[in-house]
Amino acid sequence: MLNKLIAVSVALLLLGPFPAHAAGGDVVDIVAPFEITGLDPAKSGDIFQRMGIVETLVGADKDGNPLPALAKAWTVSEDGRTWRFALQPDVKFHDGSRLTADAVAKALEIARGKPGLLSKAPIEAIAADGPDAVVVALAKPFVPLLAFLAESRAQILAPAAYEGLNVKAIIGSGPFKLTTLEAPQSLSVERYGDYWGARPEIQKARYLSVGRAETRALMAESGDADYVFNLDPASRTRLAKNDAVNLLSVSIPRSVLLKVNAGHEFLKDVRAREALSLAIDREGLAVAILRYPAAATQLFPPSLAIWHDRNLAPLSYDVDQAKAKLAELGWTPGADGILERDGKRFALTLTTYPDRPELPLIAAVLQDMLKEAGIDLTINSTNSSEIPAKHQDGSLELALMARNFALVPDPIGTMLTDYGPQGGDWGAMNWSNPEFERALDDLTRTADPAAGEALRRKAVEAVQADLPVIPIAWYQQTVAVSPKLEGATIDPFERSFGLETMRWPK
Amino acid sequence: MIKAILSRLLQAVLVALLVGLLTFAMAWLLPGDVAYRIAAGRYGYDLVDTAAAAKVAAELNLDQSALTGLGWWFFDLIRLDLGASLITGAPVIEAIGRHLGHTLKLSIAAILLSLLIGPPLGILAGLHPGGWLDRSLMLVSTALRALPQFVVGLGLIIIFGLTLKLLPTAGHDHGSHLILPALTLALSLAAVSNRVARDAMVAVSRAPYYAFGRTKGLSEWQVFSRHGLRNVAVPIVTYLGIQFVSLVEGVVVVETLFAWPGIGHALVHAIFGRDVPMIQGAALVMGLMFVALNALVDTLCHLIDPRRRAA
Repeated sequence: MLNKLIAVSVALLLLGPFPAHAAGGDVVDIVAPFEITGLDPAKSGDIFQRMGIVETLVGADKDGNPLPALAKAWTVSEDGRTWRFALQPDVKFHDGSRLTADAVAKALEIARGKPGLLSKAPIEAIAADGPDAVVVALAKPFVPLLAFLAESRAQILAPAAYEGLNVKAIIGSGPFKLTTLEAPQSLSVERYGDYWGARPEIQKARYLSVGRAETRALMAESGDADYVFNLDPASRTRLAKNDAVNLLSVSIPRSVLLKVNAGHEFLKDVRAREALSLAIDREGLAVAILRYPAAATQLFPPSLAIWHDRNLAPLSYDVDQAKAKLAELGWTPGADGILERDGKRFALTLTTYPDRPELPLIAAVLQDMLKEAGIDLTINSTNSSEIPAKHQDGSLELALMARNFALVPDPIGTMLTDYGPQGGDWGAMNWSNPEFERALDDLTRTADPAAGEALRRKAVEAVQADLPVIPIAWYQQTVAVSPKLEGATIDPFERSFGLETMRWPK
Repeated sequence: MIKAILSRLLQAVLVALLVGLLTFAMAWLLPGDVAYRIAAGRYGYDLVDTAAAAKVAAELNLDQSALTGLGWWFFDLIRLDLGASLITGAPVIEAIGRHLGHTLKLSIAAILLSLLIGPPLGILAGLHPGGWLDRSLMLVSTALRALPQFVVGLGLIIIFGLTLKLLPTAGHDHGSHLILPALTLALSLAAVSNRVARDAMVAVSRAPYYAFGRTKGLSEWQVFSRHGLRNVAVPIVTYLGIQFVSLVEGVVVVETLFAWPGIGHALVHAIFGRDVPMIQGAALVMGLMFVALNALVDTLCHLIDPRRRAA
């Protein structure tokens, strides 16, 4: 009896594992941290877009310039208020129905009624103009419309996908068709035979959401996953030494920023914000925590070529100068080295969130660096939603956050929501600069590239001078790819996993 | 027997009430604005802003007082309606049904595996207390129990997934995905149950009836199978009941590590997203599962030990 038990347990342990690695095959296994929280494009539309299931009217190239997608061409009226999009012919949704102008208009009108960027554009109406064209009427000229239409929340689903305003099924028009969906963790797709564009080589793919970065890295290392998105710095360093995995890296338009309440009594003088900025050793911080040289010298990384200003004087590190600026403002060191003024200690609370594991680490380093300059930081690492909530009730002092500037391929949309006259939940707080506002406003009307560049330069300069947010570091996105998979790419705008260009060697 | 079942039923009702009350209170006491948190859970932190939060608040009627909310939850519970998730909008019962299936699969595999590893080894050790097996088991058990399951799981991934390449590291597509998470749980269960079995075996083998069995000329195997096994089984099975607590706790950690879509995983995400109905539903199901398993343990002990039947 006992011996039998032991024999069985040993056998179970040793023989059980046989079907392992049987999965692999021709299926491309994609692993990323994002959970599938629902069918609505506002919830997990980005995952459906990245997997090539759904498409938008407008696409984007790697520099963020608009490309034709479901719209093969577009024209804008003389006054800049009427955009006409001509649709690709012969597009079929995955349920076999034709892509019509009515379907596009309906999908966009529904998207516009939900919270999102499209609801913030000055759109008056979206309507079909004949069977093959859609017209968007604007209240005022708005050039970023193209970028807004390229965002995942503006995806076009078949009419049968909607039940009233709700999405009940994902019926897209992309090169891949959804076959199974097991929210929140996984979904599978297969190549759609009637796709209107170039036929991808990959036949099947699977998406798995894995929250833990360590697990993701181990899945890449063991060959369980072919394309692993978003690696943590420690795993990246380890995988770089491993021949069984190829790493792809790209600098993405996401920056680590210190959001500053510019209305706070300690911080309303620009010299105080400059002192904060000067007290931060960005290079040391980036190398120690992010493990790549990504110290931010301005708001936008060089990869965002049209917004990055090469001639701008970089933000620098100089503790002595920081101390001098604070002394100018009347701060004197107290007994414990923390600055005091009128009996008040220079103590602030820094709010951050652990969704990106590096943020609390960066916060701890900032705490040390600012202490050097005589500023006492208390770190509050909490739910990310505390930042917009405290912005609204005015109680926020400092916040450390990672902001994606390219929710749409042109950051102008994000700039408008974050740095507008009232500030933004994820941007400026109690800061206004009329010149900056004028530049941004002009940008929404200017289609001329040269004029646009001058305006962008002006806007970036204003942020650099006033520091409504203090840029800390620029992100790099790293993907681990199986060496067996050819043609894998990484999209700096995080719109696609690049399934359509991948192939298995013949 | 009927009395025992009735008392378990009463216990189940009390658990349901307590779990509902506690999870509700805790979820409301978490710092931060509910609407913002739910919006963050729904749309992700890049997209959460005041407009999204306002829409969530309006849609979910979040202005009502906490007490009204709790009252509605209990009312719905009586009608066996757990409500809808605030994040996905899907009925909680559906989501839990899906997650629970995965968790049950994992838990049952873990318990079976732990029973195959722990008690047999413990009994062997108990037959020769102080022997090499006893001493090395003591060392291994202490080490396994002291290590967090997270570390044990990572260690197993590194050994079986990376080095030996025998098993997949994480996921839930086919049977082999089950082995590593189940083994992680089983090892920490077995780390304790082999000690319990060992001590029980030592106690039994020192009992007068055991010595008598030997004196009357039975072989070691005969005396063990006739007088030892059943007596040893009672404390082992009873202890299983207590172990379910650590199983429930382990499931939360192990499921997250192995990307196993079970109820522990769902609970963690619901807490992050302030998804109160989902938290309540998941905690309720876990609490009731605990009661049910303990009832099962009682029944088993009842069957094993005839003295209890007489009482």
